[in-house]
Amino acid sequence: MSDPNGLITPGQVAPGFTLPASPDGREVGPGQFRGRPVVLAFYPADWTPVCGDQMALYQAALPELERYDAVLLGISVDSVDSHRAFAESRGIRFPLLADFEPKGEVSRRYGAYAPRGQSDRALVVIDPDGRVAWSHLSPPEVNPGVDGILDALEQLGTDRRVGAR
Amino acid sequence: MTTPLQVTTARLRIPVTERDHVRGPADAPVTIVEYGDFQCRFCGAAYPNLAEVLRQRADVVRLAYRHFPITNVHPYAESAAEAAEAAGERGRFWEMHDWLYEHQDQLDPVHLSLGVEQLGLPPEEVGAEVGRQAHADRVRQDFVGGIRSGVNGTPTLFVNDVRHDGGYELAELLAVVDAAANA
Repeated sequence: MSDPNGLITPGQVAPGFTLPASPDGREVGPGQFRGRPVVLAFYPADWTPVCGDQMALYQAALPELERYDAVLLGISVDSVDSHRAFAESRGIRFPLLADFEPKGEVSRRYGAYAPRGQSDRALVVIDPDGRVAWSHLSPPEVNPGVDGILDALEQLGTDRRVGAR
Repeated sequence: MTTPLQVTTARLRIPVTERDHVRGPADAPVTIVEYGDFQCRFCGAAYPNLAEVLRQRADVVRLAYRHFPITNVHPYAESAAEAAEAAGERGRFWEMHDWLYEHQDQLDPVHLSLGVEQLGLPPEEVGAEVGRQAHADRVRQDFVGGIRSGVNGTPTLFVNDVRHDGGYELAELLAVVDAAANA
């Protein structure tokens, strides 16, 4: 079962936070990127043993997210040390945030923490003003891919252009 | 309130056209589109099974191959994909494709060049095209179309536009093709 309160939904203000991030443990959080869309990719664990690894895929797809000026942050309960080694092994250059101490606190605040002691596999797109624009919860074993994120970013761009008129 | 788990059935958003590399009859009732990475061992494992499906269902199925190199994990995947495109410009895409999947441990520049030569292609010309990334745009277009269609790893197969979320064993692939042919 996932968080009893459920994953954060569109329209809600995204809780502010910072967490130590790979590669060097500096504190990183969505508030540092206000004015740009931020994609939070919560995932259960580093080191899933498949070629279809979600974070490795996201690194390959990062140029497409950057076309929307988006910032991508991965989050799991693994430590910065684990994140650093994992990122090196998969060529991941975007920050992986360690929701490690107190364990899972940020994941809980987003409704993306599973009682088995890991983050859910959940995606949250935060708009440039800090509100949730889109969220998605996958089964832990299913890599949700990138298409939902890109659709949300595209929609965000369209909405904002309409809103600016 | 708990959030329901969301699983969407991904569908191919980029239709197969004459720009695709297609093997099998043009009027086949079943089209498999594979998004693959020449350095991915799971793609390598699926390769002989897909060849066998094409052989056993020769009148029923055709295969289109698109590139999905995950280069941060597979450092030779991009150059292999671009070499396949260079071969494709010379009408030899599938020979190169087959060589690459049959020599997945030999994708470094030296061995790749030998492979190109083995196929009777000009290794220096192909090497120069790969070196200046002459086919990088084409490979990138395949990749981007893939992620928009919900490709989440390799190999990803679409059978008549619906993503196949199962395995790549021969029996399962044959069953999926037969089901699509009878749909």
